[in-house]
Amino acid sequence: MSLPPRSPSLFRPARAIDQSVLAENRALLRAIDRRKILRGGLSLGALTMLTGCDVTRRDSVQSVLKAVSAWNDRAQALMFRPNHLAPTFSPDKVVKPPRFNAYYDVEDMVPVDGETWKLELAGLIADKRPWTLRQIYELPEQEIIVRHICVEGWDYIGQWSGVSLRQFLERIGADLTARYVAFRCADDYYGSIDMPSALHPQTLLATKYAREPLADPFGFPLRLRTAVKLGFKNPKWITAMEVTNTYRGGYWEDRGFNWFSGI
Amino acid sequence: MTDANVRSKGRRRHRLHPLAIRIMHWTNAVAMIVLIASGWAIYNDEVIFGWLHFPNWMTLGAGPEGALQWHFLAMWVLAANGLAYLAYGLATGRYRRMLLPVRIAEVLAEIRAALALRLSHDDLTRYNAVQRLLYISIILVGIVQVLSGLVIWKPVQLSELAVLFYDFQTARLVHFLGMAAIVGFLVIHVGLALLVPTTLLAMLTGGPVVARDPPADVDRNPPADAETPSPAPTQPEELAS
Repeated sequence: MSLPPRSPSLFRPARAIDQSVLAENRALLRAIDRRKILRGGLSLGALTMLTGCDVTRRDSVQSVLKAVSAWNDRAQALMFRPNHLAPTFSPDKVVKPPRFNAYYDVEDMVPVDGETWKLELAGLIADKRPWTLRQIYELPEQEIIVRHICVEGWDYIGQWSGVSLRQFLERIGADLTARYVAFRCADDYYGSIDMPSALHPQTLLATKYAREPLADPFGFPLRLRTAVKLGFKNPKWITAMEVTNTYRGGYWEDRGFNWFSGI
Repeated sequence: MTDANVRSKGRRRHRLHPLAIRIMHWTNAVAMIVLIASGWAIYNDEVIFGWLHFPNWMTLGAGPEGALQWHFLAMWVLAANGLAYLAYGLATGRYRRMLLPVRIAEVLAEIRAALALRLSHDDLTRYNAVQRLLYISIILVGIVQVLSGLVIWKPVQLSELAVLFYDFQTARLVHFLGMAAIVGFLVIHVGLALLVPTTLLAMLTGGPVVARDPPADVDRNPPADAETPSPAPTQPEELAS
């Protein structure tokens, strides 16, 4: 599989998706306070009707759906309980190996070379020196046995270990008041999560599955594993991480899946 | 409650289906259809039964992402409308007046009559025992759908609620079976409404004028009174006076 050439910025999506409507509505929604969410939703709907003369009906339906999806991001952020733990399970419930999942088939998966691999850092981080795999392995490890739930509807119980993302963010001097933590991956997948989910006690930069180093198909050498998001919010084969206040979307999110996708 | 009874009261009168009920009924109908059709597309992405796929023409939403957008829009409409409907039904005494009591013997008698094709709908203002049972059941199914839907959406944030459904896949199964029950209800409900078109018309125009029963001043009776499953024959009269 040949990867498309990288764009100048590390975090700019290689392929631009039409996000203009989403971006506009998102700004509008972010500007209104909690109490005005309902009212804002109504005026958004009305706005779409007003512009109905120059957009097709299909487009206006799409913009309403996208606006509601952005509204659902906010609703989920309000529902999020930062210290509420996901149910955990005993090791005998763990499925081995885990289920492969990517935007391509397993035979198209390109393994990452751990010797040359580096984790690059960008954005609101004090110490942006890149990390080698050896340095990552030296970090304190945390293990979680949690349910992985895919947006499609399947699930399995997995046993993951690695450094707590909160500890890692603290160690590199990240701005923990920033809005997002964004990731880029060796397979050109990209994604971003909200800071409260990044700081959740069950969010890891995982390097092991079932106490063994991650196998190639499951994100070797480094992947995100958070118990508070759907499966696709856990990027694998991570090569870069950014702390930012700018919305970065994600591979599936830019194709219409809900961005927050908390569980 | 007989017609003579209604006339003699002469208190606050209203339509069989007040405007609020009609708005909530049709809002619910649209939200429910959107949820069912988009839910079928979401189901198709990861089926529960290998033999069951819903044909694309029956589903709503372009791909699972589009279907999820529709589902996550209509769920707010259904939940908000449903809460308003429950509050209205309990506060005005509509449930007590129109859905209670349900007596097993009457249900069986109605089913026998229906099977013998002796369906009578002379009095629109009074639901028969089978109607009462079906309407109560579908309200309860609707509540289970909202709860199981919440658990599928937020199995971690609502983990306390999730344990009631055992685990994630059983919550999905309950949500699927609830859908099946609603679709089954819809077939009967729409079929009968088309067979007796005055009922359909009543949900559009409001239907015949009836007196509010019980009147507003005794609405605040202790709920225990209202929920007695088989009140003595004289009780409705007492409530009304």
